[in-house]
Amino acid sequence: MTDEELDRVFKALGDPTRRRIIDRLRERPEQSLFELCAGAAADGGVALSRQAVTQHLDLLERAGLVRVAWAGRTKLHSLDLGPLHAAVAQWLRPHL
Amino acid sequence: MRIYVTSVFVADQARALDFYTRVLGFRVKHDVPAGEYRWLTVVSPQDPDGTELLLEPGAHPAVGPYRAALAADGIPATSFMVDDLDAEYERLRALGVAFTLKPKGAGPVRMAVLDDTCGNLIQLVQMQAAPAPAAAG
Repeated sequence: MTDEELDRVFKALGDPTRRRIIDRLRERPEQSLFELCAGAAADGGVALSRQAVTQHLDLLERAGLVRVAWAGRTKLHSLDLGPLHAAVAQWLRPHL
Repeated sequence: MRIYVTSVFVADQARALDFYTRVLGFRVKHDVPAGEYRWLTVVSPQDPDGTELLLEPGAHPAVGPYRAALAADGIPATSFMVDDLDAEYERLRALGVAFTLKPKGAGPVRMAVLDDTCGNLIQLVQMQAAPAPAAAG
């Protein structure tokens, strides 16, 4: 993993909303943007605009933590913990 | 001022008429020839004098990109209210309707999303019972 790739993973984790998105996708993979936003509303927490969630998803996708697949005409997001495991093994674990 | 009609774009009005009446259960309110298309509206049998849904031809070039972008993000074109979401879900599934989102809670409502086979995602919503008011003093 390059430093850039490590940066992207740790930056992706450095935001409470993105960590919550990761939690939600772990509970249930293959969610559309609409479903993720509806889940945020159901949490009773701060409502998030679709635009905000889109930007968070883009950042998670660039870090490789979220994968996109198409179901018909709808884009579904799922978690990929590969880059997280790699980042932990390469940099975090030596310090633990 | 009142909202008397709202609309969804449909790829094929005849197909839409079948889906919105036979499958969803709405009734035709107006069906008037309009050039090569029809002024075609349906209403809920529970509210025949209520707001009409116009099944609007989707031939305009803006409709394709608009609907593709909504569908990509799973966003419904419109939303209908039902009394019993689970019962509607079972009834519609038995009729072969595809759901992109099974019934789930979302704050004050429960909802599901189906594909209307005419190019739209449609949300069904059931209001949750209001929580009991807090006991006084």
